Amino acid sequence: MAEANELTRMSASDLAGRLSSGDVSSVEATQAHLDRISAVDGDINAFLHVSTDALANAKRIDERRAAGESLGEFAGVPIAIKDVLCTIDMPTTAGSKILEGWVPPYDATPVAKLRAAGLIALGKTNMDEFAMGSSTEHSAYGPTKNPWDLGRIPGGSGGGSAAAVAAFEAPLALGSDTGGSIRQPASVTGSVGVKPTYGGVSRYGAIALASSLDQVGPVSRTVLDAAMLHDVIGGHDPRDSTSLNEQWPSFAAAARAGAAAESLKGLRIGVIKQLDSPGFQAGVSQRFHEALQLLTDFGAEIVEVDAPHFEYAVAAYYLILPAEASSNLAKFDSVRFGLRVTPEGGGTVEDVMAATREAGFGPEVKRRIILGTYALSAGYYDAYYGSAQKVRTLIQRDFAAAFEKADVLVSPSAPTTAFKFGEKLEDPMAMYLNDVTTIPANLAGVPGMGLPMGLAPEDGLPTGFQIMAPARGDARLYELGATLERLLELQWGHTLPSQVPSLG
Amino acid sequence: MTDTNPGAITSEVVAHLASLARIALTDEEIEKLAGDLGAIVDSIAKVSEVATDEIPATSHPIPLSNVYRADVPGVTLTTEQALAGAPEHDGSRFAVSAILGDEQ
Repeated sequence: MAEANELTRMSASDLAGRLSSGDVSSVEATQAHLDRISAVDGDINAFLHVSTDALANAKRIDERRAAGESLGEFAGVPIAIKDVLCTIDMPTTAGSKILEGWVPPYDATPVAKLRAAGLIALGKTNMDEFAMGSSTEHSAYGPTKNPWDLGRIPGGSGGGSAAAVAAFEAPLALGSDTGGSIRQPASVTGSVGVKPTYGGVSRYGAIALASSLDQVGPVSRTVLDAAMLHDVIGGHDPRDSTSLNEQWPSFAAAARAGAAAESLKGLRIGVIKQLDSPGFQAGVSQRFHEALQLLTDFGAEIVEVDAPHFEYAVAAYYLILPAEASSNLAKFDSVRFGLRVTPEGGGTVEDVMAATREAGFGPEVKRRIILGTYALSAGYYDAYYGSAQKVRTLIQRDFAAAFEKADVLVSPSAPTTAFKFGEKLEDPMAMYLNDVTTIPANLAGVPGMGLPMGLAPEDGLPTGFQIMAPARGDARLYELGATLERLLELQWGHTLPSQVPSLG
Repeated sequence: MTDTNPGAITSEVVAHLASLARIALTDEEIEKLAGDLGAIVDSIAKVSEVATDEIPATSHPIPLSNVYRADVPGVTLTTEQALAGAPEHDGSRFAVSAILGDEQ
């Protein structure tokens, strides 16, 4: 039992080392995580589906390893998959009733890459319906609980992936980030999450929310684990026309270099004035400034940068996202897949479609589809959608100017620690403003990482540190992230995820 | 915001948008959304403060052009795979109710 506990608490890279040395089998590691899911997921609700093939897949990896086959570094390591990604062997619902029980006829590219690298899919994780939300309260299958406090939200939309990792149900998970859905859950659950450069990871088979913003990325408990997972899922995919066709450096190598760094001399770290706000929770600001001091003490130069248009980012985002979502979600039409509801007395295909979408979509999805339809309608298009696209240009220019003065930009990952269930559910604008720190990176396409920076003194809950780099500069996130992680852990004397209350 | 404002999101506007979006909202939902959307639009309309004429629009964060694949047949879904998730089909086609109503 102690052994199984140990297997679920170690990092993915440590587990990979134990697997390749033959010290532990993939069946043992997978069983330990399945047992952990059985023990705690009744409370957490991170999983919408647990794979029935995981042990058989693990056994196959063990056999291949025993046969002397050369396998990927993460071969045999279990992973959880956000339910927004299509899986040929598991239902894929995106947290919506309209897709309940739907099994896709193909794997999303990041999932196919996981399988090719020998990772073991444990199951599918909970999320706000179609990734619309910051708390998982908009999942049609009930919210996920934060392992740090079961009365609080785990962030969203990828709260299931973050909670699974934080509760030791999986060492790794996949997420998707349209406006912060990887970084904000990481922040409030004390885990690590990365939104890669737009186009760095294929979106083929990721159920689209807003196509010009969506990006798939890694969720983990350590910076190195996120880097290694990014190496597995990244790269060009001809099936995604927004995929960048270029060679990426090894992010694992960047994380290892960062962890071994002896100084940050020469590194210019830009603090974005607009995202170091007096309106943020006091303990979040305190931990952020302590982390900056730690980086300064280690040789980094801190510069203040001005991004005057960031204050318009949330407004632009909540025009662009609903506009794109209203178009993307038109595919849920009761014809080719998913739910079909026939109104009483029958009706035309259009009546069936309207009845199906009424029954199958939750309130937040309806709200955003109607908002997007409004923003795109004749007469308002220029004032709303057109203006939002111009704001996007201004935000890109702010980033370009900031990266003239700094190599990386930093901020808290989220303005507060995890809030309580129900606190913002009836006030959509309050929920939307929660994304103020993460949205600018999506609008500009630049990569961002969230990693733990300590517990807020006032409530003992995790806070997150965000690092952003220029487009294609993802390696800088892993390098600085690994340095900061090491400096913080030296100070604390332990990792942050190890402090989560025991469950089950 | 009052109903006399031409840009106001009234219940009639929401009902029209819902019909365009093919969602058979209930009257209660329409009422609630009219209130919600009014508040949201008031907050996000600020984009027009800085979106002046000389600023170009950005539709895509990292522009790419001429993304084509080679013009060779690829692997596609089989008929069975394509129909596997359909609510109703006849073995080779998706089945739906009448396309046109009586009045059409």
